[in-house]
Amino acid sequence: MSPATGGNGRPRYHLLSVRVENRAGVLARVAGLFARRGFNIFSLVVAPTQDERFSRISIVVDVESAPLRQIVDQLHKLINVVEISELDPGDAREAELLLVTVGVPRSGEPGLVELIGRFGAQVVEESPKATMIMLVGETGPLDEFEAGLGRYGILEIQRTGRIGLPTLSPAT
Amino acid sequence: MEVTGAQALIKSLEEQGVEVAFGLPGGAILPVYDPILDSSIRHIHVRHEQGAGHAAEGYADATGRPGVAIVTSGPGATNIVTPVADAYMDSVPLVVVAGQVAAGAIGTDAFQEVDTTGVTMGVTKHNYLVKDVAEIPRIVAEAFHIATTGRPGPVLIDFPKDVANQRVEWHSAGRVDLPGYSPPAEPDPEAIHRAVELIRAARRPVLYVGGGVVKSEGSRALAALVEATGMPVVTTLMARGIFPDSDPRCLGMPGMHGNYTAVTAMQRSDLLIALGARFDDRVTGKVSAFAPEALVIHVDIDPAEIGKVRRPDVAVVADCRLAIEALVEALAEGGPLEAARLAPWMGQLAEWQARFPYTYDAGDGTTIKPQFVVEQLRAATPDDAILVSGVGQHQMWASQFWRFEQPRTWINSGGLGTMGFGVPAAMGAKVGRPDRMVWAIDGDGCFQMTAQELVTMSMEHIPVKIAILNNSYLGMVRQWQHMFYEERYSSVYLSPDLPDYVGWAESMGAVGLRVTSPEEVRPAIEKANEIEDRSVVIDFRTDPAEHVYPIVPAGMSNDDIVLHPSQTEPAQ
Ligand SMILES: Cc1ncc(C[n+]2csc(CCOP(=O)(O)OP(=O)(O)O)c2C)c(N)n1
Ligand SMILES: [Mg+2]
Repeated sequence: MSPATGGNGRPRYHLLSVRVENRAGVLARVAGLFARRGFNIFSLVVAPTQDERFSRISIVVDVESAPLRQIVDQLHKLINVVEISELDPGDAREAELLLVTVGVPRSGEPGLVELIGRFGAQVVEESPKATMIMLVGETGPLDEFEAGLGRYGILEIQRTGRIGLPTLSPAT
Repeated sequence: MEVTGAQALIKSLEEQGVEVAFGLPGGAILPVYDPILDSSIRHIHVRHEQGAGHAAEGYADATGRPGVAIVTSGPGATNIVTPVADAYMDSVPLVVVAGQVAAGAIGTDAFQEVDTTGVTMGVTKHNYLVKDVAEIPRIVAEAFHIATTGRPGPVLIDFPKDVANQRVEWHSAGRVDLPGYSPPAEPDPEAIHRAVELIRAARRPVLYVGGGVVKSEGSRALAALVEATGMPVVTTLMARGIFPDSDPRCLGMPGMHGNYTAVTAMQRSDLLIALGARFDDRVTGKVSAFAPEALVIHVDIDPAEIGKVRRPDVAVVADCRLAIEALVEALAEGGPLEAARLAPWMGQLAEWQARFPYTYDAGDGTTIKPQFVVEQLRAATPDDAILVSGVGQHQMWASQFWRFEQPRTWINSGGLGTMGFGVPAAMGAKVGRPDRMVWAIDGDGCFQMTAQELVTMSMEHIPVKIAILNNSYLGMVRQWQHMFYEERYSSVYLSPDLPDYVGWAESMGAVGLRVTSPEEVRPAIEKANEIEDRSVVIDFRTDPAEHVYPIVPAGMSNDDIVLHPSQTEPAQ
């Protein structure tokens, strides 16, 4: 996810956690709004919450395309958007999941085994020619892990994009 | 009591107080058209769905109540997309019900299937696809609530035919419960306090008043604010009439074709108080050069408008009327303002007004100047008459040369600039305000786009008056080709007498009149004003070469305003 900062040195990508009513078409509304207003989405994750009336969407937005305030205000105008939290890195826990297949078996690649161990990744499937690995963590380490895998030949990769929740306050 | 979904829809509309709906039936909406026969709702059967949409807008603009339109699926729905987009841009409260193919057939490319919900997502405030017959009362109640509260706008209900036919036990909608929707109302006292400080300190203030003040019924509050502060007012194209043009503090319309004083007052001001206005590019010209010395107070009910174009120094997110009332109250608490503080500024404005009013060449007495027609129309017509317009040069002349004295007497398509708006919107305005005289000033090009609604008006006894400023051109485009494309006229000529507007009007049940010389102008208008039982169309043969002045060429700074050739360049 680079460059991670814009020209002014401030983070270029911001994570918005958006609670929406769980109604048909709500994802299309959010995506349509971004397209129509020329806002760029870097990644987007959506899933229901514990309360089935609501879903939570984690959106990583590119604030070079528009000021964050304007993006948030326009999102709020969608009737099905209930709540938007701007998750600042200091006040939030973030995670992302990465699934990757590299074109080598684990055996005979001590470097790969070391890399997996160092990042706390997990091998989820193996064949004589390939290894599928999963890693959960923050975006930075995932970027490093992905870069480290490059020399083994990445056949396929899927990252979910960032999700997040506010950190626990003493009151929580 | 058990009812069908269609009956539930009609009952729900009745519960919302709907008195009139504009529409045209078809296969998917057939179930709804049956209970309309037994309903208290007057259904006005238009000739084209675009007419239904603009009529609903005209009705809403004239009355402040939501306009309602009913159309069928597929082509019926796509035909009303233009008015829905128009209503979205101009914040007009509409509820549109569109038929849809049976829920089970959605996604199969069924006959007359269009993804209406998808197509209208970007041009509605919200829309619904009805999936469960039991949801109808709730959806209708929510649709009206959303359309009419906060920043108003269009809401579309996409209504599958099988849902309309299903049976359900009738129940009224409960309380509207929209967890994601709570429009602001009352202003923040702290923001009002800061705004008042800026107002007290300002020496060159301008009230920049937009359509939001009309929507919030803020004319009286605005008058009180002007009374309390002595500040001058510009009324945007969407706000003409919210403050009387006869008041010397009214500078008129700002923007691309605004008058010199309104445009230049904003440019030179030290404080702009934007009330329900959105810094549209047609008002600001080149944004980076707009009102460079002004601090900005921005009052709007839509938080997303704040800072969208220009970052304000004080933001007041609230209903405009309530915010203006709060300003008046807070100003009063601080004691009277020093009366002389604005004297130099008002003196400067008065000088500009005297030197650079709207003007036009009177001509040689044989050609009819379009501005003259507007002046004569106004002179012969009561103050409370509603004026509707199409889009083009005639629209600008209407806004410039009509003297507006009352709110909701001016209805036009501002944000989308939809040719063809005039005739059907006039119909809607007359339906909403049958007690008022309704005139439309239309272009020959615009008239050809939606004239068929005169048939509807004849059938439904809705008499309006239409002045076609027939310059035989798509005049506004011709003007741009003249000024910016070396007079290379491309696809703008229409012909003065094809169609024969008089014959066409007569064939649609209206009275048709033709005016070819200046001295016939006033008598024809007076004759039209005496006809009360039929619509009247006057074909005014106006000067094709006339241009709209002043003009700020697109993308230029408002300082580069081009005046009428007869007015010398002002010393900068
Ligand atoms: C539906 C639509 N198509 C095209 C335009 C572009 N357009 C703006 S003004 C204009 C000319 C309008 O002609 P007419 O109604 O004769 O008015 P005039 O400018 O001559 O007064 C055109 C084509 C538009 N605004 N709307
Ligand atoms: Mg014309």
